[in-house]
Amino acid sequence: MEQPIYLDNAATTKTAPEVVEAMLPYFTEHYGNPSSIYSIGSAAKEAVTQAREKIAATLGARTNEIYFTGGGSEADNWALVATAEAYAAKGKHIITSKIEHHAVLHTCKYLEKRGYEVTYVDVDENGILKLEDLKRAIRPDTILISVMFANNEIGTVQPVREIGVIAREHGILFHTDAVQAYAHLPIDVEDMKIDMLSASGHKFNGPKGIGFLYIRTGIKIRSFLHGGQQERGRRAGTENVPGIVGIGRAAELAFSKLQENGAKEKMLRDHLIKRIGEEVPYCRLNGDAKRRLANNVNYSFRFIEGESLLIMLDMKGICASSGSACTSGSLDPSHVLLAIGLPHETAHGSLRLTVSAANTMEEMDRVVDAVKEIVGRLREMSPLYEDFIKKQK
Amino acid sequence: MYSEKVMDHFQNPRNVGEIENASGIGTVGNAKCGDIMRIYLDIDDDGIIRDCKFKTFGCGAAVATSSMATELVKGKSIEEAMKVTNKAVMEALDGLPPVKVHCSLLAEEAIHAALWDYAKKHGIEIEGLEEPKADIHEGEEDEEEY
Ligand SMILES: Cc1ncc(COP(=O)(O)O)c(C=O)c1O
Repeated sequence: MEQPIYLDNAATTKTAPEVVEAMLPYFTEHYGNPSSIYSIGSAAKEAVTQAREKIAATLGARTNEIYFTGGGSEADNWALVATAEAYAAKGKHIITSKIEHHAVLHTCKYLEKRGYEVTYVDVDENGILKLEDLKRAIRPDTILISVMFANNEIGTVQPVREIGVIAREHGILFHTDAVQAYAHLPIDVEDMKIDMLSASGHKFNGPKGIGFLYIRTGIKIRSFLHGGQQERGRRAGTENVPGIVGIGRAAELAFSKLQENGAKEKMLRDHLIKRIGEEVPYCRLNGDAKRRLANNVNYSFRFIEGESLLIMLDMKGICASSGSACTSGSLDPSHVLLAIGLPHETAHGSLRLTVSAANTMEEMDRVVDAVKEIVGRLREMSPLYEDFIKKQK
Repeated sequence: MYSEKVMDHFQNPRNVGEIENASGIGTVGNAKCGDIMRIYLDIDDDGIIRDCKFKTFGCGAAVATSSMATELVKGKSIEEAMKVTNKAVMEALDGLPPVKVHCSLLAEEAIHAALWDYAKKHGIEIEGLEEPKADIHEGEEDEEEY
């Protein structure tokens, strides 16, 4: 069989060989505990410090503002829950968007059950936050605004700087889930007035289960995991040293080729968008055409259901994803697609293709050909298409 | 996630299509929940299902259960077709993942809806057949824990 074509880089990425290589000695040789005083421990400690320095530099942050976590979800949970607790005396109101990742949305639901109020601000039909609605949602007791940097399903990039300015003007903390954006887009926490930022290693060719939360100096949120003094007492537990070395190396690699990779991805993305849009009837590009991650393509195909499409693509060796209910394990399709105004049946027929710089144009052509054929086949089987065609006559 | 039989019926669905002047047509499910099944029956004067075709909008399991259901009722009498339950469809497919069991219910419901349509057109009553629900997801609620 031909090599599979991996187009699900928003779900996770291949760990770069350089990253694996950098990590290995921290399993085999420098396995010491960073808190120990002997030398194999201090080698590990030194490596953790270096990774922290590298990452801080990519964001315009200070080294001691980076806290390693067990991934993006933990960073999101921590930012929201700890802020809610620490600032409860000021107020119990949080503002977020309707299209956040579940790591944020379900944490908000958790807080709502514990006496906090959350406003879920609308997005427009392209998934961009309505800034006027955001301003209107601000109350004297608002303690936090949490809006994702870029959306994982439709790739829409938010006006983060504008949101940061609004939050700062009102003395409200601003957290951004940058899991899809970090190491893909330039980010400056000073310029963008970001107070907290979540990122995850496996979204930029680093290892899984390692991420970080940037916390601006002076923010008084506390420990999420209680125990030892690791991460300045804010996140207890012996450090995942190989993971931390890996995320540091992955960040270094990604930032050294940020422009180059972005340009390559954009070329692949635009080719997919153009060919699918021109060659597959009754489709719709979801997300903003311009303010969009360089790696993201998201189309809805009317009259068909996403899981069937994914299985058929898989049989042709193409890895993709969908926002259909069947793939989410519930009866409802993706909340993101519903928030941008898609009817349920169109949301069920969505396909997300997320490229990486390692993909080729030839692969893109093979994918478009496969999508065309499969969508046609599924429509032939679809009672919705049958009804539609009969109505046309 | 799916059995080999399910994958086979998904990849090579049997009896896809429409029947012109069908004796009975049943459409169940709704687009909101992501699956719709339509079954066409051709029933002769002796009450034998001569032909059966389907069209389905839905996931792999929805397509496979529709395909299997048509296989199970084709050539059968109405009474025999009434015995094609969701369990029978599932067993014939070597099982379904728990989250997909509703697809087999939909297949059973689609056959019943087509038989109901046939019975109504011919002014007859089929023992054990009840008017199909408009939406088989009625009453089902997602439960989420935070
Ligand atoms: C926007 C966003 N936030 C959070 C997460 C969760 O990250 P992790 O898988 O590292 O917990 C993801 C990844 O699925 C994501 O895309």
